[in-house]
Amino acid sequence: MKILVCISKAPDTTAKINFTDGNTKFDEAGVQYIVNPYDEWYALVRGIELKEANGGTVTTVTVGTAADDPIIRKALAIGADNAVRIDSEAKDAFFTAKQIAEYAKSEGFDLILTGKETINYNGSQVGAMIAELLDLPYVSLATDLQIAGSTATIKREAKGGKETVQVSTPLVLSASKGLAEQRIPNMRGIMAARTKPLNVVSPADVTPLTETVEYSLPPEKGGVKLIDPENMDELVSLLHNEAKVI
Amino acid sequence: MSVLVYIDSKGGVAKNSLEAVSYGSQVGGGSAVVVTSGDASNDDLAALGKYGASKVIAHNGDLDGQQTTKLVAEVAQAEGAKVIIFSQDLTGKAVAPRVAVRLNAGFVSGAIELPTSDFKVKVNAFSGKAQSLVKINSDVKVISVLPNSLGVTEGSGSAEVTSFSGDLGSAKVTITEQAEVSGDRAPLPEAELVVSAGRGLKGPENWGIVEDLADALEATTACSRPVADSGWRPHHEHVGQTGVAIRPNLYIAAGISGAIQHLAGVNGGKVIVVINTDPEAPFFKAADYGVVGDAFEVLPRLTEAVKKFKSA
Repeated sequence: MKILVCISKAPDTTAKINFTDGNTKFDEAGVQYIVNPYDEWYALVRGIELKEANGGTVTTVTVGTAADDPIIRKALAIGADNAVRIDSEAKDAFFTAKQIAEYAKSEGFDLILTGKETINYNGSQVGAMIAELLDLPYVSLATDLQIAGSTATIKREAKGGKETVQVSTPLVLSASKGLAEQRIPNMRGIMAARTKPLNVVSPADVTPLTETVEYSLPPEKGGVKLIDPENMDELVSLLHNEAKVI
Repeated sequence: MSVLVYIDSKGGVAKNSLEAVSYGSQVGGGSAVVVTSGDASNDDLAALGKYGASKVIAHNGDLDGQQTTKLVAEVAQAEGAKVIIFSQDLTGKAVAPRVAVRLNAGFVSGAIELPTSDFKVKVNAFSGKAQSLVKINSDVKVISVLPNSLGVTEGSGSAEVTSFSGDLGSAKVTITEQAEVSGDRAPLPEAELVVSAGRGLKGPENWGIVEDLADALEATTACSRPVADSGWRPHHEHVGQTGVAIRPNLYIAAGISGAIQHLAGVNGGKVIVVINTDPEAPFFKAADYGVVGDAFEVLPRLTEAVKKFKSA
């Protein structure tokens, strides 16, 4: 079974968010990058588990520059067999999806896994776009994935609850919390990752369709109003009359 | 400008769908065409006229993502739509990116404001720690609207409802089982009132006082990451950067200190109430109302106050 896992970098979850260049760029000063948690903890680990159970290979793909190599090595340390980096900044979701689809279209992957979203852009776009570009089914927000032969059985979030769906491979799937348990790379994995193949390929000629023109920080809260813990009637009254939320 | 709005009407027309129709009709200068799949009644669909729908093209029954993409793309082309609007709900997340690719359209997901005249759209970024303004440079444009971020404009009128008659092919993804997890409570991403608790509750056996308050308010329950990771509460209740991000009107947090990863999931909420024994808990800085006190005493007291208010 050939599995492709899309890996994106994201600022560490504790990173302070600031902007530079007239609020047009994310300020990377002092920011530690990590593998986007949904890509690593759920998509990558489930891919590795399926390989361990059924045989095959796990390849990661990243659209990024050489600055992304450390997070790619982390994915290899966790257990991916090899990695591909498409050598370009990721300009927008369509640009990224098109690059990955161009690479993947002749590779014959049975399963393409992504995280449900990145924690920096939260767009939830790339997986569905890859599926459309490759004319494959897409199952989003999966919390459980089982493969038997060429049939995938998937549990996913659904309107008002959960549902189980079946679909034939090949397919694209986005991973939500619960799909797998986070793995910490061990020393053997870290050593092995140094010599695993990381192939750098040239990007395809793609024009992005959107651009971020400005960043801003959300409006600040006006300060907390403290309520006497003995007087919850007052809190209810404020929520009704002042905040107007109940 | 010709605007098309897709809504998922399975199980009826939800509030986030009305928000999308309202948004679309405002972008369209007062009206928009609606395309839908699901099982809502013709009366419910005709009532979308109150929110600016000029007509509704309906497909009755379940579709998978590729069939829904075909439905929306075909109607968009037949109507000459320049802007296609979705709700950023589960169906929107799965289908809107596909429709955008099919129509060579730039796509912005999770809009929290109307677009400017040159199609700059404001969205949340960095898991709610920031916002960004994204410009769409293509001729045809796709926007999805973040649920519970923009209001609904209700007027009068009734939309003409017609059935979609094209061939959408067969489904590749088939549903074999459906289960409701949240019972009669709204699912977290759409919930307007949320009561949440953290490690301060000391153990899963103490969640009764959280449930009681949620029942009194008709709110949805949530929790912090350590609580979900310890198995005290199911994973789908985990609110935060690596769990669910929510935008309720009211978020009540008891026994949660307010780590930056938790705040990322809730700072889109409109009003935040924090209950904590530690007056130095960082969550108080992000709160509108704070109660420095023991959740085991404050929550039952608050529940009684809510009940008294509701019965008055």
